[in-house]
Amino acid sequence: MTQRHNPGECEMTLLVQADFDGELDAAQAAALAAHRAECAICREATAALDRVRQALRARALYHRAPEALRARLMAQATPPRIAFARAAVWRRAAASFIAGGAVAAAVMLAVVPPGTPGIADQVFAGHLRALEPGHLEDVLSTDQHTVKPWFDGKLDFAPPVKDLKAEGFPLEGGRLDYLAGRRVAAMVYGRAKHVIDLYAWPEAGADATPTVLERDGYTLVRWRQNGMALWAVSDVERDQLVDFARRWQATP
Amino acid sequence: MRRIDGGRDFESLVLPHLDAAYNLARWLVRDPAAAEDVVQGAVVRALTYFASFRGDNARGWFLQIVRNAAYASMKLDRGLRTVSLAAGDEPGATAPEPADPADDPENALLKARAHESLDRLLAALPVELRETIVLRELEELAYKDIAQITDVPIGTVMSRLWRARRLLAEAAQREAVT
Repeated sequence: MTQRHNPGECEMTLLVQADFDGELDAAQAAALAAHRAECAICREATAALDRVRQALRARALYHRAPEALRARLMAQATPPRIAFARAAVWRRAAASFIAGGAVAAAVMLAVVPPGTPGIADQVFAGHLRALEPGHLEDVLSTDQHTVKPWFDGKLDFAPPVKDLKAEGFPLEGGRLDYLAGRRVAAMVYGRAKHVIDLYAWPEAGADATPTVLERDGYTLVRWRQNGMALWAVSDVERDQLVDFARRWQATP
Repeated sequence: MRRIDGGRDFESLVLPHLDAAYNLARWLVRDPAAAEDVVQGAVVRALTYFASFRGDNARGWFLQIVRNAAYASMKLDRGLRTVSLAAGDEPGATAPEPADPADDPENALLKARAHESLDRLLAALPVELRETIVLRELEELAYKDIAQITDVPIGTVMSRLWRARRLLAEAAQREAVT
């Protein structure tokens, strides 16, 4: 990147950039890596690209939407009254399940009637959306010490990022999502070839034991712990997701 | 069932991408108040035309509307190159200047801004380079999404990214040292 008129003297430079941006497939990336081992220009180009990225990201250049704008837009949009009313019914139903079942069992099974709206819907929809190619993780890392700081500045709370690799649920990454009218943290865990999304956001109230919901082959386990609402969703077997929730709860 | 003024469209389509919309608008028009106006106009437009939206990339579709609204707000035709070499570049104060065809405007930019800080340099980039690097490095979008939003082929995205990074490289190195 020291040349001022041409994109480097090596014709591979734009490929170097594509590799740097994660746009190459594995075979292309491997071929380029072999070339780069031989080419000082391409090595320096990679370093220069990284310097620009680090410098851009080190400075707070991202302008988030002001709260006033958000509030104004929300006031403008017609309130979804029907959805609110049905969500209230759902909340009452969920509350009675929790109140009635907490004594009898630590984990309860509730079958969600088709069409029940509310947060459960949004969690399912968010999970399905995330399974589209390229949408799963915004930060791809198996290291909770990479995933946790990534959320800093993107959320107004610190999500509890835990790795359950030793328990057979390795952390694979994280992303931002929008649920329940707010930005939430989504942590992505692996289980064999399945994906478990764990959503977290602050929610007032005492700790609540896990509740299981099922729909269309997907399972959802929700609980509350240390002032956080936690919703795990996946297509793994119900017992496995319950096991995940219990182990996650028990991990400090 | 689509309700044009409905809260659900707003919640599912607009709210998740509000930060992305504002960030793009803010870097395009370079003025907080103008950026809010752009986003607000784009939201109204998006909800009005949502019924005609056919696709699976709501974010790209919405950001495209935001970009068009920002360009309209800047009273620029799409694709018109603007290079600001004015000394003062307070947000919104920079008037677009036509590029001198006799000179390489990017080289001129480099010379004129040899000691500029990275954020001021980014704000001074030609608009088509600025939107490309903002969508890549701040929004972290893939080439194909940037191509869709900025309405150019992927090859153009790649060369614009390269040019933008080349223009920022010196400042980045300087700021890494200091």
